[in-house]
Amino acid sequence: MADPLMIFDILLALSIVALATASLSVRDQFTMIVLFIIFGLLSALAWVRLSAPDVALAEAAIGTGVTGALLLKTLHHLRFVSGSRNRQPMTGVAPLPPVPLGVTLANAAFCGLITLGLAAGFLGAPAAGPGFDMLVAEAMPTSGVAHPVTGVLLNFRAYDTLMEVVVLLAAVVAVWQIERGLSEAPAPVMGVVWQGFARLALPAIVVVGTYLLWGGAEAPGGAFQGGAVLAAMGLLLLLTRAYVPQPGHRGIARWAFVLGTGVFALVALLVAGGGRVAFEYPLEHAKTLILLIEGMVTISIAVTLAALFHGREPVALTTGGRHDT
Amino acid sequence: MAEVIAAVLMTAGTVFFIAGTVGLLRFPDIYCRLHALTKADGLGLALIALGTALLAGSAGAVFRIALIWFFVAVASATCSHLVARHARQTGTEVQHG
Repeated sequence: MADPLMIFDILLALSIVALATASLSVRDQFTMIVLFIIFGLLSALAWVRLSAPDVALAEAAIGTGVTGALLLKTLHHLRFVSGSRNRQPMTGVAPLPPVPLGVTLANAAFCGLITLGLAAGFLGAPAAGPGFDMLVAEAMPTSGVAHPVTGVLLNFRAYDTLMEVVVLLAAVVAVWQIERGLSEAPAPVMGVVWQGFARLALPAIVVVGTYLLWGGAEAPGGAFQGGAVLAAMGLLLLLTRAYVPQPGHRGIARWAFVLGTGVFALVALLVAGGGRVAFEYPLEHAKTLILLIEGMVTISIAVTLAALFHGREPVALTTGGRHDT
Repeated sequence: MAEVIAAVLMTAGTVFFIAGTVGLLRFPDIYCRLHALTKADGLGLALIALGTALLAGSAGAVFRIALIWFFVAVASATCSHLVARHARQTGTEVQHG
């Protein structure tokens, strides 16, 4: 008799592959996105089965929640503002030209190269070795936190984590640069039940996001998970129209985007000196510094993801066009 | 004893989930499907949450399970309301027969 959990794992793995195949092969874009969201949820479950709750939380919050919302928002935009599915032509907006074949091919080539690189990295890694478990366990007392994943992410390989934050910053910079000419998609009116739900969910999201950030020091959680959950608050505020981005808020938004990267880089550089290198936090302040970095990074992640969902730099819209100042 | 009760509750919850899914697959239009899905899943979730709470080691864990139940129930009710509202506004007909 096979282990029942083994049967569950095999079914889970098969479902994930089937969902991935289905989401790539269906023609309807909405179905595609829904299948991708279910794929993300089952992947999060797979990470739980692999005893990686941190990755599971990140997959559920960022990979499924925020990414799913971004995809649906993009589809809404494609259907109502730009692209071939133009149902309500907006004044002053020409439909976008189709993507040139060369761009498609270049994208395919780059994605193929990344897949090949990942495959080479995976196949080249030592199979079933001890990994870094022992090294991390030995070094944990010098990390300043109790949770190994946080110790690795914010201390032992902090440089990689800084780069991950920079990637997010680069994304929002790119979006604000290129998405200037498009008008806003008409916001869907969601009704009173939705408003009531948002009123109930908003304070809960604040508590959960902060808990994930704070708990990250000794339990699964951390800046990315907390930031993604707090970004959901931004999504709710934008969708309920409780917050409407104004051109005057661009300055604050820009500061919030760079806050995490800036504080992270500054701390990393300032601890250097006196025999220490960059990112080598003095032990007695390690926990404080890590919490400071995580807190600021959380704010940046939350604001950046919410801004990506909003999709474009808030500009003062005049009738029938835009007005950049 | 608590484990037996928990197992019974969770099994009953799973039966409700399966019934909801059968309804989703078999019912003729979107409104009937939502009706089957939300009602059955709501009860299934409550039963499974109750079963898990019986096995939970601490009061904190029970409290968290209760919170999860509450927010999933509210979110799924809101979602089905939004789906039904959208269907009605875009003119999806009720299927007869």
